[in-house]
Order: sequence, then structure tokens, then C-alpha cells
Amino acid sequence: MTHLGYLLVGWGFTIGCGVLYSLHLVRRGRTLAARVPPTRRRWLSADER
Amino acid sequence: MTQPIAPQAADQGSADAPASTGSRATMGLGLVVLVGVVAVVLLGFFGAPEDDQQRDAVRMIFVHVPSALLTYVAFATTALGSVMWLWKRSVWWDIVAHSAAEIGVMFCGLTLVTGSIWGRPTWNTYWDWGDVRLVTTLILFLIMVGYLSVRSMGDDDATATRASIIGLIAAVNLPIVNRSVEWWFDRTLHQKSSLTDGNLEDLTLFTLVLGIVVWGLFFTWAMIHRFRIGWLERELRSGDLHEAIAARRAEALIDGHFQSGASS
Repeated sequence: MTHLGYLLVGWGFTIGCGVLYSLHLVRRGRTLAARVPPTRRRWLSADER
Repeated sequence: MTQPIAPQAADQGSADAPASTGSRATMGLGLVVLVGVVAVVLLGFFGAPEDDQQRDAVRMIFVHVPSALLTYVAFATTALGSVMWLWKRSVWWDIVAHSAAEIGVMFCGLTLVTGSIWGRPTWNTYWDWGDVRLVTTLILFLIMVGYLSVRSMGDDDATATRASIIGLIAAVNLPIVNRSVEWWFDRTLHQKSSLTDGNLEDLTLFTLVLGIVVWGLFFTWAMIHRFRIGWLERELRSGDLHEAIAARRAEALIDGHFQSGASS
């Protein structure tokens, strides 16, 4: 396979960013959810919708 | 006046309150994305044929084009949310706009990096400052980094309004980025649309479309989580505000009690 180095860096960077961002979101969500009272953790109940 | 997000009704118990921003639906969606990524990797590396001119470097198309398309989707969503914030003062849409901007910056950064890496074997350069597609995409990226910077400066309505205006300015740049290869075809190394030019082999086209679908599902998954994070952050701030008001009221009551005691 030609250009394997470029392909590995490009694909690796893309998938790596996706994985890291996903982990960041999940961890940030868990941390925040622990700080908010359970009765206020429902996401889809805004007045103005 | 911004309407606050409604605190949950007291009759809804806390036992079933989610302890994270995930749910069964997002877990299922995440699994579909994981399977999809594996499929795109296998098809992208071992299924799709190499290109006559670019050889295997063409396999960058399966990460670069989906990232670029999702950049458009994310920033268009930010623009829509910005309009709804400016028009209706909708907190829900404001959180949507902020969430899409954050995810869009990641996609836009990936587009720039993967495009640059792809450019080296095909154009013999990582970057060309005279190329309109590259430079307009970089400008879009920087505008949206500015959007996130403004967002990080405060949580008030005025900050949301400033950010919304920046989000709309970025939206003006979207068609310029997309059409730049047509409008300034003599000032770009970039090829025209890979999806519409009809030059892709069947399996290459299938893998590309699959990649776009998988990236789209990932965008949906990330939007749900990021929206819920934005929601929790607002709930936390409003909770802190309520506590501060309650504390101030308690202080005022104590002060009033002592003052009335002293006067009697």
C-alpha cells in the first residue's frame, strides 16, 4: 500500500480526536450530573420549547 | 427577558434521574457508530480500490470529506440556534448553538488537518496560502474558535447574543467555503465536489457515503451529550444563583430581626 504513513496519521488523528472528545463528553457529563440535584437532571423540559 | 429553564416538577421522583448524560438510546447510537467506524476502516483500507493517479492516498477521502460535510452541518446548526436565540431568546436553541459550535470546531480542525495531510502526496505541499478553499476554511475555523472564546468569557444573555452574531458571521462564510472551488477555480489546488463529479468507483462511493452517515450519527450522539452538558451547566448556575438569593434573603431577615430588636 502506497502512502501508508500519511494514511495512518490522517486516519489515526481523526479517530483519536473522535475517541478523546467522546470520552471528554461522557466524563464531563458524569461530573456535572453528580453536582446537579436529581430532580433537575431532565434535559428536555425547557419552558420555551 | 430570558425564560429560565424550568426546574423539574416535584412530583417526578429522583430515583429514575440519569446519573450521566447518557441513556439507552445514546448507548445504542454509540454502538452503531463504533460498528460503523470499524466498517468504514475495513472498507476504506481493504475494500475500496486505489486511484489511478493518487494511488492509495485517495483513501484519505473517507475521513476528509465526511469531516468537511459535518463541519457545514454543525455550523449551520449553530447559525439556526443563533437566529432562534436572537429572535425568540430561546435557551434551548442557545444550548444547541453552543453545542454544535464546539463539535463543529472539532470537525473543521479535522478537515484542515486531514486535508493538509492528503495535500502532501497529491499536491506536493501541506499548505498553500494562495488557495482560496484552504484559506476560507481556516478563516471559518478561526471565526468559530472566536465564538467559543466569547462563550468562555461569560454565561449571561449579552455573551450569548455576542456569540450568536459571530455564529451568523461564520454562516455567511459557509457558502463561500463550499463554492470557492467553483468561483475561484483558477486559484485553488482543491478538486471540485467528489460526491457530484461522478468519477468515483462504486465501492469508493459507497464507502464515502457510509463514512458520511457514520460521521453524521457520531455528530448526533455528540450533540445529545453536549446539549445535556450545556443543560446541566445552566441548572448548576441557576442552582447557585438560587442559593445565593436564599442566603441573601436569610441575611436580610436576620438583619431586620436585629434592627427591630434594637429599636424595641
